Parts: sequence; structure tokens; C-alpha cells
Amino acid sequence: MKNSIIQIEQLSKSFGEVRALDNINLSVREGEIFGLIGPDGAGKTTLIRILTTLLLPDTGKATVTGRDVVRDYKEIRKLVGYMPGVFSLYEDLTIAENLKFFATIFQTTIKENYHLIKDIYQQIEPFKDRRAGQLSGGMKQKLALSCALIHKPEVLFLDEPTTGIDAVSRVELWDMLKKLKRMGLTIFVSTPYMNEASMCDRVAFIQKGEILEVDSPEGIVASYEEPIYAVEGGRFYQLIHALRALEMVKAAHLFGETIHVTTYRRIAPEELARAIKEREGMDISVREIEANIEDCFISKLHQIIH
Amino acid sequence: MREQNDYIVYVKDLTKVFGDFVAVDKINFRVEKGEIFGFLGANGAGKTTAIKMLTGLLAPTSGEAVVAGFDVRREPEKVKYNIGYMSQKFSLYDDLKVSENIRLYAGIYGLSRKEIKRKSKALLEELNMVALRDKLVGELPLGWKQKLAFAVAMIHEPAVVFLDEPTSGVDPITRRQFWEMIYKASVAGTTIFITTHYLDEAEYCTRVSIMVDGVIEALDTPKNLRLKYGADNMQEVFVLLARGEHTLQGKIKKEK
Amino acid sequence: MNALLAFIKKEFLHIFRDPRSLLIIVGMPIVQIILFGFAITNEITEAHIAVVDPSRDEHTTALTRKILSGKYFILDEYLPSEKQLEQSFLKGKIKVGLVFEPGFSQKLERGEHPQIQIVTDATDPNTATTLYNYIRAITADYALALHPSKATPGGIDIRTRMLYNAQLKGVYFFVPGLITIILMLISAMMSSISLTREKEKGTMEILLVSPLKPVMVIIGKVIPYVFLSLLNGTVILLLGVYVFHVPIRGDLVLLFGEIILFIITSLSLGILISTKVETQQVALLISLMALMLPTIILSGFIFPIENMPLPLQMISNAIPAKWFIIIIKNIMLKGVGMAYIWKQTLVLTGMALFFIVASVKNYKTRLE
Repeated sequence: MKNSIIQIEQLSKSFGEVRALDNINLSVREGEIFGLIGPDGAGKTTLIRILTTLLLPDTGKATVTGRDVVRDYKEIRKLVGYMPGVFSLYEDLTIAENLKFFATIFQTTIKENYHLIKDIYQQIEPFKDRRAGQLSGGMKQKLALSCALIHKPEVLFLDEPTTGIDAVSRVELWDMLKKLKRMGLTIFVSTPYMNEASMCDRVAFIQKGEILEVDSPEGIVASYEEPIYAVEGGRFYQLIHALRALEMVKAAHLFGETIHVTTYRRIAPEELARAIKEREGMDISVREIEANIEDCFISKLHQIIH
Repeated sequence: MREQNDYIVYVKDLTKVFGDFVAVDKINFRVEKGEIFGFLGANGAGKTTAIKMLTGLLAPTSGEAVVAGFDVRREPEKVKYNIGYMSQKFSLYDDLKVSENIRLYAGIYGLSRKEIKRKSKALLEELNMVALRDKLVGELPLGWKQKLAFAVAMIHEPAVVFLDEPTSGVDPITRRQFWEMIYKASVAGTTIFITTHYLDEAEYCTRVSIMVDGVIEALDTPKNLRLKYGADNMQEVFVLLARGEHTLQGKIKKEK
Repeated sequence: MNALLAFIKKEFLHIFRDPRSLLIIVGMPIVQIILFGFAITNEITEAHIAVVDPSRDEHTTALTRKILSGKYFILDEYLPSEKQLEQSFLKGKIKVGLVFEPGFSQKLERGEHPQIQIVTDATDPNTATTLYNYIRAITADYALALHPSKATPGGIDIRTRMLYNAQLKGVYFFVPGLITIILMLISAMMSSISLTREKEKGTMEILLVSPLKPVMVIIGKVIPYVFLSLLNGTVILLLGVYVFHVPIRGDLVLLFGEIILFIITSLSLGILISTKVETQQVALLISLMALMLPTIILSGFIFPIENMPLPLQMISNAIPAKWFIIIIKNIMLKGVGMAYIWKQTLVLTGMALFFIVASVKNYKTRLE
């Protein structure tokens, strides 16, 4: 097992009445892509800001590269790269000017660490005299990532890098992160998209300031125990209500082109199909499936709600 | 041949040019009553411009668009009265109470005082938010806010409602509850015109169009699109089309 | 050091990439000084005057002619008695009334002090005071020319008042005051907005996570704007000298040195403001509105500080503009050197240092 590079113990943080983080315990291993997955307002940004020394925790302790986020904040700032959730570069400066500025204030030069950003920067280099404000979302991302990497950080923090950008740019971004991982970087990334969990080595589900589960995506799926079925056929709206009306059904959720149904006990798929046929006269197809990450998160959410 | 007024949204050769940049290039599509029409596209593909034309905010350069029976060029004000609109970026006033927001929008759309009272009550009951009526909207969790915003966008019973990334950042359960609200509205006959970055949501639509560089590259039911492009899901279809390369298909599959 | 240079370069780029703001920053003072200079100077010309002169003797006619000879007064009419004056005032026909004592010349010849009564409309005290001063000055002048040896103590007093502004030109007082106010407000506004913009745009987050030291950020913000403000100050000075013919009697190098000192004080005050607020809007509101009133009212720009109640006089000591107005008037109008203004210079230096240290102390190294 690799060393842990981020260690979080019993960390809590409140803003007035709102408990943004509630007794968080986490450990991130050196060289992994760690995903913090949860909806808006779950506490993702707060946690990342504490780890990047931008916020002070109320209680608890966190270390990054073995340094305390409160006491050793100056050292940590030299060792981490950070890409905030909103585009935070100078929009009135060009691509080249932004990169040069951030290289200089991080006390390095573009030349020194060019190998790190080469793959990413080359894609936007043809536009290097264009002002950052005039770039597309995907290009902004690449510039921001280049700037966050230019001082060769040990840990890279990315706060919702894929929010608001289209699916193509998202795929590209994950490709880049994987390459960076191969160069030895530890990557701590937050996202509201469940399906991006599979891109991470390990993920933590976060909801209302609490960590619901931490594991590898495979581990999370493997530990899912409820029987789950994919249902197709008929119109979604009537079907989902018909399914929920059945006694054997615990929950029914829309899922892509199907409805995912969990039941209180294991059943034969035909049993469900027959019940719907009898009640509603609808012809549906039912098959037992393996849960995916999102099913797991939903199930965890239900556990804390009920 | 059906008349254009039989469609809730009728778009023919709709074009918008900014300077020498063609943002929307002769797009064509029709949306029927009660459909859930997914309007997808990469950032900068022209989606936002197209929606602005359909909602009467931007005059087309050429072509025509008829929304809810009104021409967007000649009668943009009538279009605005007969559609609902909700976006992720702005929907409700955070510093007004729940009830005040409802009253405000109902008032904007010209509902009578009696109607406003009746509708407010029905809406709050429907959303299970009666107890929250005097809370500031800013204090609500995002999911609640978005559900409320959707209900408010529907308060004047528009023929079609435009939803611009309504579920961004919302948790998976609330996101599904939101979609169930959409289904309910659709079953009741309201046409839904929706954009989203969550491509699993594209599967919930009756039909999906995918815009690439100002043109509509594909338009069909999710199932047909998957079949046509040999993809497992809409995410793959989208990436394939938006990148304009078919060779990447294998790569994406490998990564999964 | 490299980091600081990079930071300063970046600030200059921000300034030049935003021509609209640049235009406002440089254009606004020009508009202001021209407006103030032409429209709101307290120099009054062609004020209508009524004269009550029962004796109409040698001296009263001569003095009246002398008063009317300048561009300041126009004779409305001679009135038979003081009583009619009020009517003329009420009708708005005159701004000032001049009443000679009967037998004016005889008394003067006898070596007595005949009385002149100056009646002004005090509903507009500024105008009233100015007109009163004009007549007093002209009268004293006349008396002095008549009996150089027997000058009254009052006459001497008037002479002192007029020493540096013989024509009593309002512009002379206004231009130094305006330079002060404009430099103060624009500088404070520029620096406070520039720092809060970083907060608003989120770039502050990245600066914070970088190893850049707070003092570097603050110095990096101040230096580029010193140049810009200096440019501003020069433009206003040139306008003052060439359009309004205000003299610069003192040393130019000293003048610019003091201007730079004052600019740094104002910029640091702006930075201090921005360490306390989060948005550009609030920064703008505070640097313009909250600074404007005390700066204009308590700096001695409009109202003489000596005439204020003691508590206000004490507060005025905390206003940087008060000290700079003294400095700049002394250099420009009196032409004195450092020996006369070292105290005020010291006070300003102290203030600048205080603002910078307080800014560094208040600069948040985190987001809260």
C-alpha cells in the first residue's frame, strides 16, 4: 500500500448555522486520482479550500504532503496546484501572458517545467496571443490546468473541473488527468457527475457535509447488496408509478433508457413483468443487472434519508 | 401536409449570423405537443443562440420559427407570453420569499389575483412546500429551488417550457424527482424543450437533437440514435458526433 | 523580486487593456476641474449694486466710481434712502447695497472715520462674503492711497488677506483644492477596485495559493497606479496653469515629490479599504461616497477649518487631504520651501506608512 499524501481527521467546518463539513475522515494515497463526488452544496468546495489552505477548519486536522494545513500553510502553497471551480485567470491577459505570470509568481519558469504541461499546452499554443476571456470553455480549462501545473506541484486539486463543460471536453480532461497521474502526480478532484467515478482510482461520496462511503469504484459496486433490475417498455411516467405501487418494489428510479428497480427480496425478473402486466396491462421487459455507481450513491442517499 | 401551427415548435432554415460568424446555420426541426425534446450540443455549438431566438430574445437573421403558434420574428412578445422559461443560472430571486417569487411571476404573466392565490396554494401543495412558503428562496437547497423554479415557470400554463440546464449540480435523487415533474407536465400536454450536460438525461427525452458547429447533426429518438451509431449510450453518441470523428469510438469503449 | 516585477507588469497590462476605464480615470478629473473651475469658482463678476449716497461728495463719487470700474459690480441705481434697499433685494434686482454716511467727505477730511455700510444678501453666504470682501478691499485701497501714513488697522488687515491673491481670484483657491480632492478620490478608487476585482473574479484564490507575499501584492498594486495618478495630477496642474492661470511659485521638484507622497497615501488608503470589502461595488461606494464628504468638507477645501467647532477640527486632522491642501497651497501660491511644510509632510508620510502597514496586517492570507 502506498503512503498517504493527504490525511484528514475529524475535520469539521461551519458557516454560521450551516454545517458545511461534518467530522470528515479521509486518506488519499500518493499517486492516485481521488474523486470527491457529490451534488452542489455537499461541501466539496469547502473541503478543497481547506486542503489548499484557503480556509481554516473549525475542528479536526488535515495534512497535505505531511504538512499541517493550518500551521504549514506557506509550505503547502508551494507544493500544491489548484484549479478553482470558476475560471480564475486574468481574462484580459493572453494565454501566454497568463502562463508566464503564474510561472513567475510561483518562482519558476515555463521552460523548467514545460514537459509537464507540454501535452496540454500544445493544444492551445496556436492561440497563445488570444486573450483568455475569448477562449471557449474547453480551452479555458486547458489554460487553467497548465497554469496550475506550471510549478510542478506534488498534489493537484481540481474543484469541479467538468461542471458546465460539454461531454467532449469532459472526456478530454479525464484523458489529461490520467496522463498527469502517470507522471506521478496525486490528483484530488471533485465532481457532481456520478459517471465520472469510474475515471478515479478511489472515490468518496459526499452529501450534506458527510462522507457516505470511500472505496474504489469497483469496490463500491461490489459492496452493493440489494437486488436491482432494469425495466424497459411502456411510457416512463405511467410505468414508474405502476412499479412503485407494487409491494415488492423498494424504489424505482429513471436510469437512462430504463428504470432501475430495487426490491425488498430477490425475485425472478418474470415475477415483476407479470405483476405489471396484471395490474396495468403493460408489456415490459425486466432483467437483473449489476448496480452502477449512481445506483450505489442513490441507495446511500436513501439510507441517510430514511 | 400538416400546417406549421400544428406543431408547438416549428423551425425552418433558422439562421443567425454575428458579423462573419454563422452561429446557427439553417436548422430545421419540429416539436409536437407533449414531447420532451432534448436539445443537445457542445459548448459553443450554437445552442444558446438558437434558444434565444426561439424564446423571442434574439431576432433571427433568416429563416423562420413559430413557437406556440406565434412567429418569433413578428410577434416576439406573444411568444414570451405563451412559453415558460427556466435556466440554471437564473430562475428565482434569492432575496424574495417562496410565496413572493410565485406571486411575482404569476403577476408578470398577467394572472388575476384570485388565480394567483389559487395557483400558489396548489403549487405549494404539489411540491410539499407549504411549510416553506415564508422562507427566502436563497435559503432553500439547490434541488428544492430548481423544482420550485420549474413549477413557477409553468404557473401560467404555457404551451411549451424551455429548460436550460435545469439539473446542473443537483443530487441524483432530486434530479430524478425533477425529471418526474417533467414527465408529469408532458403527460398533461405541456411540451418540454430541454438542454442538459447529463447525457443519461438525454435518454429520458422522446427525441433528441445534437447540434455541432451551428447545424443539427442528428435528430431522432435516443434508441434510434444509439442503434444508428452503434453506441451503448447517448454519451457515446454525443462524443462521437461532437468530435466529428468516428475513430474515437473504440477508444471511448476501451476506457470504460 | 521577479515576482514583483511580473505583478507590476500584469497590472499595467490590466490598465492598458481596459481603455474605457482608463478614459474615465483620466477624463473624469479633466471634466471635473473644468466644471469646477469655470462654473463653481467663487469669483463673482457683474454683481448688481445699489448705492445710497446722501451727500454725493468728492470722495463718495470717487470711491463709487472705483468700485464700479472693475468687472465685479454693475450699478443698478442710486437710491434715495436705505429703506428702498430692501425692496430691491426682494425683487432680486441687486446682490449688494452700499450705504454712505451723510457728510462722508467732510468727516474724512477732518480725519474721522466715516462709515460705509455694506448690505448683502446673506441667504447666499458665499456670494455675500465674497462681495463684502471685494468692497472692503477696494475701499481699503482707496483709503490707503488717500493717506498712506494714516492707514487704519483694518486696512492693514485687508492687505494681509489679499497678499497671495491680489485680484481675489477664486480659481487660485480652487485649483489646489481640486487637485487634492481628485487625486484622493481617484487614487483610492483605483486601488480599492483593482484589488477587489481580483476577489470578485476569483483570481485572488490563485494568488493566495501561490507563494506570493501579501506585501508584494500590495506594493505591486500601488506602484502602477502611482504612475497613473501622477499622470492625472500633471494634467490637472497643466490645466490649472494654462487654462486658469494659477501660478506655481514654488519648486516644481518639491511639488511633484509631495504629490507622489499624497498619491501613495491615497492609494494605500484604497488598498486598506479593499482588504475589508469583498466586491468592487462596495469598494467604489466607500472610496467615492464615504471618502468624498469628509474630504471635501473637512479638508478646508470649502469651509475654513479655523471656523469649525473644535471636535470637527480634531477630526479634520485625520483627513489626509487637509494636510496636502496646506502643502500644495504653500508651494503653489506662496512659493515656500520644505522649511515651511515639513510638519505636514511628516504627517502625510506617517499616514501613508500607517495605511500600508494596516493593509499588510489586514490582508487576509485565506478566504475568510
